[in-house]
Amino acid sequence: MAKMKVRKNFQQARWNEPMIYELSTKGLRGIIPPLVEKDIQKETGDVAAKLPDSLKRKSSLDLPEVAQKQVLQHFLHLSQETSGANLNNDLVEGTCTMKYNPRVCERLALNPGFADVHPDQDIETIQGMLKIYYEFEKVVKEVSGMDKFSLQPGGGNHAVYTAASIIRAYFEERGELEQRNEIITTIFSHPCDAACPATAGFKVITIYPDENGMPDIEAIKAAANEHTAAIFMTNPEDIGIYNVHADEVVKVIHGVGGLCFYDQANANAFLGVARAKEAGFDMCHFNIHKTFGTPHGGEGPACGAIGVQEYMAKYLPVPTVEFDGNKYYLDYDKPDSIGRVREYIGQSSVVLKAYAWSMMMGPDYLKECAEISVINNNYMLNIMEKIPGVTHAFKGNGIVRQEQIRYSFQPLMDKCGVGSEDMNRHMGDYGIPWFWASHYPWVIPEPMTIEPCESYTKEEIEECCKVVEICAGEAMENPDFVKNAPYNTAMHKRIDDGDLDDPAKWALSWKAYKRKHNE
Amino acid sequence: MSEKRFVHPYIPNSEPAVKREMLDSIGMDSVEDIYKGIPDRLRYNKRMDLPEPIISEYSCERYMDKILDENRNARNNICFLGGGTWNHYVPAVVETVMERDEFLTCYVGDAYTDHGKFQALWESSSMLSDLTGLEATCTPCYDWANAISVACRMASRMTGKTEILVSGSIAEDRLLVVKNYCKPEIKVTLVDYDRKTGLLDIGDLKNKLNDNVAAVYFENPSYLGALEVNAGEICELAHDAGATAMVGVDPTSLGILEAPGSYGADYAVGELQPLGIHMNFGGGVGGFIATKDEERFVAEFPSLLFGVCKTTQEGEYGFGEVAYERTSYAQREKGKDFIGTTAALHGVAAAVYMALMGPQGFKEMGEGILQRVEYVKEKLAEVPGVTIPISGYSYCDFLVDFNGTGKSVREINKKLLEYNVLGGKDISGEFPEYGQAALYSVTEVHTKEDLDTLIKALKEICA
Repeated sequence: MAKMKVRKNFQQARWNEPMIYELSTKGLRGIIPPLVEKDIQKETGDVAAKLPDSLKRKSSLDLPEVAQKQVLQHFLHLSQETSGANLNNDLVEGTCTMKYNPRVCERLALNPGFADVHPDQDIETIQGMLKIYYEFEKVVKEVSGMDKFSLQPGGGNHAVYTAASIIRAYFEERGELEQRNEIITTIFSHPCDAACPATAGFKVITIYPDENGMPDIEAIKAAANEHTAAIFMTNPEDIGIYNVHADEVVKVIHGVGGLCFYDQANANAFLGVARAKEAGFDMCHFNIHKTFGTPHGGEGPACGAIGVQEYMAKYLPVPTVEFDGNKYYLDYDKPDSIGRVREYIGQSSVVLKAYAWSMMMGPDYLKECAEISVINNNYMLNIMEKIPGVTHAFKGNGIVRQEQIRYSFQPLMDKCGVGSEDMNRHMGDYGIPWFWASHYPWVIPEPMTIEPCESYTKEEIEECCKVVEICAGEAMENPDFVKNAPYNTAMHKRIDDGDLDDPAKWALSWKAYKRKHNE
Repeated sequence: MSEKRFVHPYIPNSEPAVKREMLDSIGMDSVEDIYKGIPDRLRYNKRMDLPEPIISEYSCERYMDKILDENRNARNNICFLGGGTWNHYVPAVVETVMERDEFLTCYVGDAYTDHGKFQALWESSSMLSDLTGLEATCTPCYDWANAISVACRMASRMTGKTEILVSGSIAEDRLLVVKNYCKPEIKVTLVDYDRKTGLLDIGDLKNKLNDNVAAVYFENPSYLGALEVNAGEICELAHDAGATAMVGVDPTSLGILEAPGSYGADYAVGELQPLGIHMNFGGGVGGFIATKDEERFVAEFPSLLFGVCKTTQEGEYGFGEVAYERTSYAQREKGKDFIGTTAALHGVAAAVYMALMGPQGFKEMGEGILQRVEYVKEKLAEVPGVTIPISGYSYCDFLVDFNGTGKSVREINKKLLEYNVLGGKDISGEFPEYGQAALYSVTEVHTKEDLDTLIKALKEICA
């Protein structure tokens, strides 16, 4: 078996990299654009000079002027100062499903048959792309049990926003929108389950958990009434507890005439195990860039697939991808559609890679992703439980955890004043990337949310636990040492954080930085 | 049910002995001891009805390449499509950086372990600010349409006003997105445009401006290919009515066209795709919003904003989140709209592209595009039955009128495929006022030979 190793002498790349502007020398450049031929120049003359004065750029353009090697070098340095799921033990970004993103899919994305295809090409010339959309839709339909999907939204939150738009259209058609202006969500559901309905114009009601960490079913019953448009609920929620009342919640909401949206951002552990359909939901969404093995890109590009039961399909964004038995085509003929939430038909690079990934998994290995994820998580919990200073949300409630767990450093905080953020900085000194603490508000104090999905080895799980144990031990011995961390990561500890909230001092650009900080 | 025949290379702990050891250590017989927490009635007990797996990566690549071969592409065809996604040259350096696993597979880590991501995205915003002349640019949003929508909501909250005026020449799809986002509180009113110049109708703008207008949105260059010579006047009229001025721009044009901040725009929005990102069948998009570095403007961003700060190491550039409390990550439904995963990697790509190009690159590319467009417009007008319906110069996109040929754009485009030419976008449904017209796009990738091929083909088709 492989050996578990804690990276005790780890040092992340730290280039003390200048700003790109500081590499600038007037007259240099990184690339020459394709030149226009002399014959064209001869015929047209200098068109730019002939532009009306009001159009011509007169203000200076102070972009950096840097030769090509130095541009490449600069950004390679910056890449080395970044952690990624493909190069780090990134099981620590809980709720984010940081799995391996196969290189083979990247090669597909550089195929000119994808990279150099324009979305407005004649339908006959994009049959391959439409086939990929159509076939991938079948995958998400099967995984969820929903009847119809749109792959248009550009991320999970965007899919949730699309769901809120669909619900708005549904009640508007019934003339009930004024009355049904409330959407219920739960505090351990992602913040977007509150923010997106609010953006779409709904009032939001938030349910807190019961003593076992599940959404309080009695509170949901009390909140549901003739004003309820829908419930937006993640399951399992971000603390990894499966809500066994999911179908009961659906009955309650349907009972008052509302709709039910299942946030399936945390679907990785349930591929082929449990679906939105069996729980009775009207709609659900997947974060394709998470569950289906595509890169996160440092927050996108991403794809949020929004799925609905047949009776909701007419509200989906236009166009949908269809097949007439002979050819694939785009269907815009949907008078009840919410319209669009994005240009074109979605984040195609994510769809392309996710389809290839799904095809390499098939039904059994998809399910195996799920099974190994939950085994990994429980294996890790068993080790973490024994580490002094660490506890986890709703410990001892007798409920077996699923794919992730929200740990808490509150005992450590009580003992030596070292909390989640201090631990997060110091764990980086051992090569562990920044962990996902929790969304706000921190219902669980001093949180750390971990999701060891199927890509990680047993030894990597053990390594992470050992780093937690070492850092917690160091904290108890010398709290200030941990509070002043990190020492070996790409950046030292921030000071004067308040500057980032001060309009007189914050700097969103080089110009503003120079102006405000007299550089 | 088929048997799993191998330990999947992406699922290491499925190796039977490893899995057994892990289960034993937690006192479980099988994974069912974990899933028993899910009530039977909620379980899916069948095998998913999905294709059997393609076992090797090689076979998968063969399978996928075959499907992709069914697409025509701009490498082995001459592509004249633009209008929101453009066929620009993608420098190899951009591709190399975008494909680095660090940028490609990172996510929401803080600057301690993702310092490079913060710096690259900050530099990206900073260079967009250089191009637009507006000092506060957010991290990328989904696309141009999303950028307009978000900026309109920002302007509405800031001014307390609930109507936006939008140029009538906006793309239909872009407008659908704006309408969706504005639906709860904001009325979207179209301002007419001149059919012959493509410019915003100043008279109609004056008529429609009122004291409830939060923003006037126009594009420069416009979707139909006009360069808005009255941009400064439009901004002034908006301001006189107490509204903000918002302009949609092609960032690659700003080496030659005046910076929006210099002619009075409060917001500049647009598309990142032309900044070194492949077309990707529409998956290359990413939006940007630039505005003034004033608290009242910045405070309304829903997006993540990165800023420079100090660290314990003197002289080190630290990075962090600016005014994070604004966001829905911090405040759930009380935050500004919503934020989530958008298109950050495209922001990084754009940074590399802008750094490579520098002021000279943008200027030369812009000059060359203006010349190519002018050349092809003149030649097109010589094709029998073909006219250029909008006067004035164009940058990349321009309209071509085929009404006089007696053929539909659809028919012509089908014929053009025989010449390996991907013809302009058929806008006869979108802008019926132009009849059979198409939106063509010419960029720096087009050679004289490419343009002459188009002209020759059209002469034959329209004869």
